[in-house]
Amino acid sequence: MNLTVNGDTFITEVSTVADLLKELAIDPVRVAVEVNLSIIKKAEYASYNLKDGDTVEMVNFVGGG
Amino acid sequence: MRLSEDQLRRYHRHIILPEVGEEGQHKLLQAKVLVVGAGGLASAAGYYLAAAGVGTIALVDDDTVDLSNLQRQIVHSTETIGQPKVLSAKKTLETLNPDVTVVPLQQRLSGQNIHELIKSYDIIVDCSDNFPTRFLVNDSCVAVRKPLVTGAVVKFEGQVLVVVPGEGPCYRCLFEAPPPHDAFPAHEDGVLGALPGVIGSLQATEVFKLILSVGETLKGHLLIYDALKVLFRKVRVPINPHCTTCGQ
Repeated sequence: MNLTVNGDTFITEVSTVADLLKELAIDPVRVAVEVNLSIIKKAEYASYNLKDGDTVEMVNFVGGG
Repeated sequence: MRLSEDQLRRYHRHIILPEVGEEGQHKLLQAKVLVVGAGGLASAAGYYLAAAGVGTIALVDDDTVDLSNLQRQIVHSTETIGQPKVLSAKKTLETLNPDVTVVPLQQRLSGQNIHELIKSYDIIVDCSDNFPTRFLVNDSCVAVRKPLVTGAVVKFEGQVLVVVPGEGPCYRCLFEAPPPHDAFPAHEDGVLGALPGVIGSLQATEVFKLILSVGETLKGHLLIYDALKVLFRKVRVPINPHCTTCGQ
């Protein structure tokens, strides 16, 4: 399916947010994830099913000052 | 209150902007801003807030100036190594602009003191260096309904978000809870020297717009700066109805 990930087209066969993070080698504790302008709770990453055309934003935790 | 001859000259480039004018400059001079932290972000934000004549700037930080700070914390200098950061910064900022009063608060923010500290200020600027403080500041700003301009940097990435309680999402809407302590080891704390300068300057710019009520702010948008790719990305942040700080 086709996703838009952080503004870019991304073609993938994964089904959940957790799978997408794994495919992109992103540690889930280090990001916040939005799908179609809704924040996805961390506890739901493994159960949230992505669908063709979804827009995904992954935002890094940045804490320094 | 009329601006003095010196003030008309000092702020001339503001005053000739229709969006600022004498009236706007007067608002800046009357404004009270509290900056959390006195490190890299606060160096840039503090410098521009002071230069612009933001009349009262409180700085909260319990740390002292260390040689390793000076690669990016430009409000301090070699001669203030060992001094409390808030006093080192006060000297720099009040030397830059004597119109400004810097209130040095040499302490650590906690759940006990934060409400009392922030309630007498108009806008809070988060320039802190750790997640627990970021969540504490956010939650407290929402509780006492103070606008918050939060900024953060690490490595080559910076972020800015404006929180206006009751009008848009808060920091916790997006980030839910502090990450586990071991998720970010200390050896990953590197930061390119000019990066806090970029982000702190953006924070000061958002503060000016909030004080002057001009333009659009980063309310409801997280601005992400990738210094390596020279990319700015604005991510829309929705109000999270499940947010434990500002949700229903």
